[in-house]
Amino acid sequence: MIEFLQQLLNGISLGAIYALLAIGYTLVYGVLRFINFAHADVFMAGAFIGWYGGQFMPSNSIGSGLAVMGMAMVGTALLGMAIERFAYRPLRSAPTLNVLITAIGVSLLLEYSGQKFFGAAPRHFPPLFPRRDFNVGHLTVSSDQLLVIGVTAVLIVLLQTIIYRTRIGTAMRAVSLNPRAASLVGVNNNRIISFTFALGSALAGAGGILYASNYPAIDPLMGVMPGLKAFVAAVLGGIGSIPGAALGGLVLGIVETFVGGSSLSSGKDAFAFAILIVILLFRPSGLLGRMNVEKV
Amino acid sequence: MEPRPRFLLPAPHWALLGGLALSGAAMAAAPSIDPYYLEILTNIGINVILAVSLNLVNGYTGQFSLGHAGFMSVGAYVSAALTLFVAPHWPTPLIFFVALLAGGVVAALAGFLVGMPSLRLRGDYLALVTLGFGEIIRVIFQNIDSLGGALGLNGLPPDTNIFWVGAWVAATIFVVVCLVHSTYGRGFLAVRDDEIAAAAIGLNTTRYKIIAFVVGAFFAGVAGGLYGHDKLTISPAGFDFTKSIEIVVMVILGGMGNTLGVVAAAIILTVLPEVLRPVADYRMILYSLILIVLMIVRPDGLFRIRRRTS
Repeated sequence: MIEFLQQLLNGISLGAIYALLAIGYTLVYGVLRFINFAHADVFMAGAFIGWYGGQFMPSNSIGSGLAVMGMAMVGTALLGMAIERFAYRPLRSAPTLNVLITAIGVSLLLEYSGQKFFGAAPRHFPPLFPRRDFNVGHLTVSSDQLLVIGVTAVLIVLLQTIIYRTRIGTAMRAVSLNPRAASLVGVNNNRIISFTFALGSALAGAGGILYASNYPAIDPLMGVMPGLKAFVAAVLGGIGSIPGAALGGLVLGIVETFVGGSSLSSGKDAFAFAILIVILLFRPSGLLGRMNVEKV
Repeated sequence: MEPRPRFLLPAPHWALLGGLALSGAAMAAAPSIDPYYLEILTNIGINVILAVSLNLVNGYTGQFSLGHAGFMSVGAYVSAALTLFVAPHWPTPLIFFVALLAGGVVAALAGFLVGMPSLRLRGDYLALVTLGFGEIIRVIFQNIDSLGGALGLNGLPPDTNIFWVGAWVAATIFVVVCLVHSTYGRGFLAVRDDEIAAAAIGLNTTRYKIIAFVVGAFFAGVAGGLYGHDKLTISPAGFDFTKSIEIVVMVILGGMGNTLGVVAAAIILTVLPEVLRPVADYRMILYSLILIVLMIVRPDGLFRIRRRTS
């Protein structure tokens, strides 16, 4: 029982990071209807910004940890906006497939540039946040896990507030529902899309810092697997739906942790995809997504 | 519907024979060719097989698959297992041919198993499921200890030569062109152009999709076998998602559903990293930049021969 709860907790904290990343995929999919493959590398960029930031900040203090995270979020938001502006905007009217390939190109560009300029060897991520273990009964809760869960929860609430309580959030929902109608009523689509990228990328940046704090070896390809998993999480929850992405991330993180702790551990990566396939076959719109019926 | 121009080959059978003859000639000339160029030629051939076969699925039938490397790995492992374990003492060309065929057939079977359930989906979802299956196939190989696990198989016999590669290139192009330009094969284009309309006039769209998938997987499997017996070592990591993307990029740059263009793109994309070798440090960065810029300035591929009707 204790072991079960412990694994559940580990799963939730891994899932929270997937959730942060998955929301970025879902946001972009909501407004542009394509898989932003470069998102995983924005996540990587966030971790590297954190690494450089960590060189100037005292370690083991919550203040400097949060400051570095803020830096990473701003940095990745700018990066996301730049990617959107230079790579995706020229393709606004092109078929989805072309945008998809461009996204793959951007992803490769970031990875190879990372390998060139940061080096391919893993680096040790500085301990930004103070680390302590708390014992609750027989359960060990680390401060890192609390941090991941807490930051994720705060960011998701913040995001929901932006989307449902502000003008620009309303505009985002309008663009996602029908871009043409939105522009007819005076929404500046390009600005909204740019803002969406900024939001999603900032979440990825925060995710990068949290991930690197928990798994402190960072390298330019670190985003690939979490990125794929997070995308699976987004689809699992129903792509385009933010609560869905959060739920999908949690489910995936928990399942993966349990599989990883069992005798099937070597098949952990395949398991995520197996879930995806089962979900898509039996409920293609995901757990919380809406079904789109194709009309002639 | 106005008749499509026979843009590729006036007589595919002649081209097939010509391709075989050319492969034989290349084989005869091989000893006098610089091994470096021979290796590049082999790589080009393997990539052409992969790209042309994927083009049947992605380009002609319009089903976006991201799992081609998975089928390639099935073929590579099956053929390697045959040449390594089952019949090392058979006469080489025969066992190699049988091994390639077996690799292709098992890959086709895998294509059937993957295609059956997943072809109900479309667009991004299909892309994702095929990606998932590709990754699952990779993880399965990683966990089969008798096939070397994560380290893969080493010491494959060096059976791949320029003749086999050339012959399979000719066969792949022949089959894909003949299939698509047959009366039956019009169905592939119909499924791509408008699936609902195709179903409405009585085409069994699922069957078309699965046939495209199976044929594509077969040739991917053969290419895997050729690849394994050229590199002499195979490991699961060599057939990951990046490899699938590489093949997809060839198809897109060549122009979806344009065999000649796809062949040219496969050649260019194989040679490009070699040409960029002097700027080795930056070549992959340049490669990805070129990819992005090309998508923006030539969204229909490098060689748009005809305007798509849709």
